[in-house]
Amino acid sequence: MRNKSLMKNGELFIWLTGLGLGVSIIMIAGLLFLIFSKSTDYYYPKELVKIIRSEDFTVIGQKYKEEDVPKSDESDSSKRISHIRKQIKIGNRDLYGFDFIWIDQRDIVSLTCPKNAAVIERTEYGNFYGFVKSINIDGIPKFKSSKLIDENLSCLITKVSTLRNEIKNIELDEIGKLNFEIEDARMDIKKFEYHTIKDKKNYSKQINKLNSAIQFKQNLYSKIISKTDSLKKIANKYTLLLETADGRQTEIPMLNVIRVYYPNQMSFFEKSGFIFIKIWELLFEDPRESNTEGGVFPAIFGTIMLVFIMSILVLPLGVITALYLREYAKQGWFVRLVRIAVNNLAGVPSIVFGVFGLGFFVYFLGGTIDQIFYPERLPNPTWGTGGILWASFTLALLTLPVVIVSTEEALASIPRSIREASLALGATKWQTLWNVIIPSATPGILTGLILAMARASGEVAPLMITGVVKLAPNLPLDSVFPFFHLDRKFMHLGFHIYDVGFQSPNVEAALPMVYVTSLLLIGIVILLNLSAIIIRSKLRKKYQSSAF
Amino acid sequence: MEREFDIKDSAISEQSAKTSDKKNIKIKVSEMNFYYGQTIALKDINMSIRTNKVTALIGPSGCGKSTFLRSLNRMNDLIDDAKIEGSIEINGKNIYDKDVDVVELRKKIGMIFQKSNPFPKSIFENVAFGLRIGGFPTNKNFLSERVEKSLQQAALWDEVKDRLNDSALGLSGGQQQRLCIARALAIEPEVILMDEPASALDPISTAKIEDLIIELKEKYTIVIVTHNLQQASRISDFTAFFYLGKLIEFGKTAKMFTNPESRQTEDYITGRFG
Repeated sequence: MRNKSLMKNGELFIWLTGLGLGVSIIMIAGLLFLIFSKSTDYYYPKELVKIIRSEDFTVIGQKYKEEDVPKSDESDSSKRISHIRKQIKIGNRDLYGFDFIWIDQRDIVSLTCPKNAAVIERTEYGNFYGFVKSINIDGIPKFKSSKLIDENLSCLITKVSTLRNEIKNIELDEIGKLNFEIEDARMDIKKFEYHTIKDKKNYSKQINKLNSAIQFKQNLYSKIISKTDSLKKIANKYTLLLETADGRQTEIPMLNVIRVYYPNQMSFFEKSGFIFIKIWELLFEDPRESNTEGGVFPAIFGTIMLVFIMSILVLPLGVITALYLREYAKQGWFVRLVRIAVNNLAGVPSIVFGVFGLGFFVYFLGGTIDQIFYPERLPNPTWGTGGILWASFTLALLTLPVVIVSTEEALASIPRSIREASLALGATKWQTLWNVIIPSATPGILTGLILAMARASGEVAPLMITGVVKLAPNLPLDSVFPFFHLDRKFMHLGFHIYDVGFQSPNVEAALPMVYVTSLLLIGIVILLNLSAIIIRSKLRKKYQSSAF
Repeated sequence: MEREFDIKDSAISEQSAKTSDKKNIKIKVSEMNFYYGQTIALKDINMSIRTNKVTALIGPSGCGKSTFLRSLNRMNDLIDDAKIEGSIEINGKNIYDKDVDVVELRKKIGMIFQKSNPFPKSIFENVAFGLRIGGFPTNKNFLSERVEKSLQQAALWDEVKDRLNDSALGLSGGQQQRLCIARALAIEPEVILMDEPASALDPISTAKIEDLIIELKEKYTIVIVTHNLQQASRISDFTAFFYLGKLIEFGKTAKMFTNPESRQTEDYITGRFG
């Protein structure tokens, strides 16, 4: 009896639905927790341990993992207890050749946390773990005692960093711009040669003029180079003498040192400050060491720009398609067929869209543009190669069904009475659409756009063949005319994760980067969606009558 | 633009003077049949609706009175498989002729619906909507003048004059319905069709709408569908009784409610069915 009433009231079913929600929440929370906890390795200053295993083996490093090792030796059944081994990141790739080692717990002779152990972040070969022995100027040890080193180190690093940034800026901005101009001038010559008949009077005169312009720019170029060389010379005077745990000494130029810190001495506030600096670096700096260190700014920029261009492309196209399908087309078997096709398009694997994008946008459209507008540059492609515009087009195609379907739903949900009110006032169908229907449907249309953006920012596969690269030298938006360079290749957070996590030579060391990039990608998707949701809720307040 | 309308109006009225001697007939329906696909909804309707009078359409649900009303401004065009036969002349011109612009027609024939349907815009923009899309002058003075006049005609001005820029959706049900009336009046139609305009309102709001209808007939020809027989007797000059798609009886309201010709009308009015 009791069981029957339980079934009748549907209590079991309520429990079941609650269970479904619970599982979903646990899964999402677990995912976020995993990514978040793993990504702390990227920015948290872990303490350094000095481990002595035997007389000839001493290392300094950071503890990463501990795991149980089951006894493989069957004969020794009395000692079934497994022992523990530790994974230590020892850095110093230039000296040891690898980043991580495993050490058995029982082999460790002593384990200490020396106060003066330092982490030296470098522009190449990863971190150095060891001790700062002295600061050398022109090869002569200038500051030797730890007190003097403490006093002068940060000041000198700032000084050299300024020099490094100056050199980098010159290389990027001035030389970049000059290269661009020289390339442009070369193209002008090619264009001129291509379009003009050789025996014309002022042919050689014109060519000479263009050539001398290039010559002038090349002189400028060598001047800038000599300027950076002299800067480098100044910076190269400063070196650091470092010592590893086993007493090996090495001298590295301070130009390669990003920062030096002593995690074992850091107070809580110093650690917080350090975390802040690392997050800042992540968000606003360029990557180093084949993307496994440094920041991901170009990838963030590329991702957001890609999604923006995609939105600009997909929104009008999707909306007008849906308007035609819902408002103008005669509802019959053909429209039904189109609708089914559109819905199915949403289920096509994204790589298929990528292949289409490569074949149609890149090779066909881009190739045709090259033949018509840039014949002098061939066989070097200008638009006939992957770029951010073609990738955006591909993603727009990929997300088109989402926008069409939700726009259609929004249009269908507008009460008939509103349409009739407008028509009865002598409005034409178009006036009714434009003045009444579309404004009321905007929240629903934006719902579609939000879904489209969420999908687009997570896609990687179609991008890999339509323009994403591991390292793009220039952003698709810069200060060189015409500012938007939509033909350029770009970096993307999703591809960055794949590349760093699976394609880099040192996957283990790059894992924190993979997790922190994943976290960032999730953050950006949330941010993009949140802004669209805020806009939508404002609009919804305005057009309350809509169901969306 | 306004001048153009005048020319058109005069052309139409000239025509009407030729074709009919009775100038006070606004709408003349002759031998009209109406079909939804294969089903016949209205059969052989003949009716003359007089200028500046209120004509009430009564009858039980599904008798075709709303269909009839909606065919007067061709709102039934929106229904895919609707078909009409016969003619409906307004000012002597058959509105189902090929050369009639349905948009122009609907500007002349305003319509109020059963459920108030203001646009999700401000009160001002609701009333100004017909003006903005209808090719009227769009300068601020003209618009605000017309909006004020229409709202006053609809007896709503005093209630909303301080919040013209608020959303129309914040008004009460009765106010919303009067706003819809003001919206229809703003483009100065000749005929106003009302499809049970007070059926969703409370008694006080209903009384206001009824007073309004009596005032409006000074300037407009009004055709109203109502379920409420008392209402029909209170406000209308003529009454048409529809039953099962046929016009059973049409005549002066006073006569119809006291001494109906048809047995069916009498049964309906006295409440024996319906």
